[in-house]
Amino acid sequence: MTTAALSFDARAAARAWRPPPLIESVWLRYTVYLGALLYLVVGLGSVEVNWVRAAEGLERGARFLAAFFPPDFVTHWFDIQEGILESLTMTVVSTVFGVILSVPFALGAARNIAPLPIYLFCRSVIAISRTFQEVIIAILFVAMFGFGPLAGMITLAFATIGFLGKLLAEDIEDIDPSQAEAVRATGASWFQLLAWGIQPQVLPRFIGLTAYRFDINFRESAVLGLVGAGGIGDTLNSSLDRYEFGTSAAILLIIIAIVLACEYASGWIRRAVQ
Amino acid sequence: MLAIEGLTKRYPTGDLALDNVSLTVPKGQVMALIGPSGAGKSTLIRCVNRLVEPTSGRVVLGETEITQLGDLALRRARRRMGMIFQEYALIERLTVMENVLSGRLGYVGFWRSWFRRFPLADIEEAFRLLHRVGLDHMVDKRADALSGGQRQRVGIVRALMQNPELLLVDEPTASLDPKTSRQIMRLIIELAKERGLSAIINIHDVLLAQQFAERIVGLRAGRIVFDGAPEEMTPEVLTRIYGEEDWSKTIRRDEDEESKDGGPTAVTDALKVVAAQ
Amino acid sequence: MPVITKANGARLWMRRSTAGDLATWFGWLLGVALTVVCFQFISEQTIWAFVWDAPRQAGDLLDRSVPPRWDYANELWKPMWDTINIATLGTLLAVLIAAPTAFLAAHNTTPSRVLVRPIALFVIVASRSVNSLIWALILVIIFGPGMFAGILAIGLRSIGFIGKLLYEAIEEIDPTQVEAVRATGASGAQVLVWGIVPQIAPAFAGITVFRWDINIREATVLGLVGAGGIGVQLEASIGRLEWEQVSMILLLILATVIVSEWVSARVRHAII
Repeated sequence: MTTAALSFDARAAARAWRPPPLIESVWLRYTVYLGALLYLVVGLGSVEVNWVRAAEGLERGARFLAAFFPPDFVTHWFDIQEGILESLTMTVVSTVFGVILSVPFALGAARNIAPLPIYLFCRSVIAISRTFQEVIIAILFVAMFGFGPLAGMITLAFATIGFLGKLLAEDIEDIDPSQAEAVRATGASWFQLLAWGIQPQVLPRFIGLTAYRFDINFRESAVLGLVGAGGIGDTLNSSLDRYEFGTSAAILLIIIAIVLACEYASGWIRRAVQ
Repeated sequence: MLAIEGLTKRYPTGDLALDNVSLTVPKGQVMALIGPSGAGKSTLIRCVNRLVEPTSGRVVLGETEITQLGDLALRRARRRMGMIFQEYALIERLTVMENVLSGRLGYVGFWRSWFRRFPLADIEEAFRLLHRVGLDHMVDKRADALSGGQRQRVGIVRALMQNPELLLVDEPTASLDPKTSRQIMRLIIELAKERGLSAIINIHDVLLAQQFAERIVGLRAGRIVFDGAPEEMTPEVLTRIYGEEDWSKTIRRDEDEESKDGGPTAVTDALKVVAAQ
Repeated sequence: MPVITKANGARLWMRRSTAGDLATWFGWLLGVALTVVCFQFISEQTIWAFVWDAPRQAGDLLDRSVPPRWDYANELWKPMWDTINIATLGTLLAVLIAAPTAFLAAHNTTPSRVLVRPIALFVIVASRSVNSLIWALILVIIFGPGMFAGILAIGLRSIGFIGKLLYEAIEEIDPTQVEAVRATGASGAQVLVWGIVPQIAPAFAGITVFRWDINIREATVLGLVGAGGIGVQLEASIGRLEWEQVSMILLLILATVIVSEWVSARVRHAII
């Protein structure tokens, strides 16, 4: 023991030791650092701020903040009510349709139960739905179906297909194959396999995701009005345009309250089913 | 060296974890603390360095009354007490050396520790201790890449880096196999003896406690029910600590120590060979 | 109690009890009724003649947007670069604010559960409830149109997202590692940096990259309300009904989103 201790030179080892760097390779490390720095300079440089305009705006911002104390629910109550109702109905119908439609797409997009051509088709629909922001899709649907909540509803249903379809398909791909095998071994048909081998395994998460998507759909429904697809967003936009910040504040508060309620409810549902 | 007087801890839930415990540990003594789960062993050693705030009572280390200290002074006092944990409690994503150097956190300032600029003497000491426990070739490995026994050795080195006067050891072997458990216990005792440290070792393996400690304290439901030498452990004592059970096979008898120790060791060795292939 | 013993002693297995059956059916009925009522509400506000015309409109739209105006791409590089910058700088801004907020909101690191934690949670909730497009609407009024409002909008929306996921990650850390660092006599700041930060670093990086990926998508539409990026060109092209430009823009967005998704997946993979 003592001879070993003597032969080990702790001093030299300590001198040679360096704190471990975040990135192993020296060359890569400095490239990343330099790149990040360069990007920050260029990126921040590309932001043009009109400070004179901003200074003017700050006064407006202060007025906007002041409008929250107290918010004005009364003046445009009818418009607000109409907008909120539209948003809520869009949310309900789009979630229902979206969920119903997402099931076949999810089944088609799960590699372990769908044949390749169907798989590719379903995956590409899901990919398109996920790539574009809801608002862009709403623009296209408004052009097709005309202004109003129907376009918004279809938009949200389409987005729901992408969201639920992808997550559900991944769930189906991750199921315990032995359970499905056991059902198949009883001589069950393909639909019986779905009902007994797969559905029980993915149902709790499916319900949880549905509740979560309901939540998202309401939030999104609040902006679709900006492109004419119905909902509270339109009311909010026009109140902001007319500088009626009291009404805007009231709308924002209502949105936040409903989102909170939805979130609370969806959290409760998710806990209940799991 | 360490004096505990009338220590009581009642958790906010109402559970009385420690009930008027008084205890003195002289310098250089290795003391094992045994008792059933929930007897308050962990609470007791955590009250010593006030990771758990005692409800009443005094803890005095040397001249310092720990239970009276303010934040800064408490941190100073904690440097004098090295702690070793059951699940090793290493910072998993940091390297072995960083984990070891974290034992010096109480001594260096924030920015030095942020940039890992520890004094050269600390790093030297770290290398010396790592060499001593046979880990000097793994300094730059991440802690989560180590085996259980290796991790516990890093945990021991971290505690020693604090240059403590007292070791607080919480179930050091609970997550280890029988052979590694013995090696780790032996290492702790050796290092404590070399440096003249006192130690309080929580342990639920009665045999290990008898084999390695020079004094055993039995805790039951927050009270001390036994305090004596390992030889004084009898079935009656164990019944007093743990409750009714056939204890005759649990007491260490010197003649079958070898075969008992050899049994599991041979098995684990064989398993290791299998695992390696 | 799905097994019912009848008067004659025969036992009958059913999936649910009669009351449970009724409740389930009633629940479904309620759901269907709600959907129908909601759909009627929407239907009343819809001009169905337009809807029946939709296939023709869609065909017309497709006709006019194919082929995309390829040379228009030259005017799009700068707006696309702006879009990426809005997303990246916005995410950066959000990270700077969200990280401390998350520490204030997590119940194991907050300095005060009664005072500070509710405030931090409120910041997170308020930020999350409001869509980035709405944030942009408000900010354009204050700061005028342009990228700056867009960056702030993305940033403000992302604070809630990053903050929520991060504080949940902080609450799930292994407390014994923190205890071990405290036991060495480390100061509060050292406990944070040595005991907590290493544990949440991978989650933190993953969340950030994930949000950046989402923000690229969000940033493509901010221009619709004047907050900079490629949405400005989109708005203009739609306004002038130049659908072959719109399709060009959509193709470019598609390509960018695919690349950003790939980058984000790679980075997350590398971290774990």
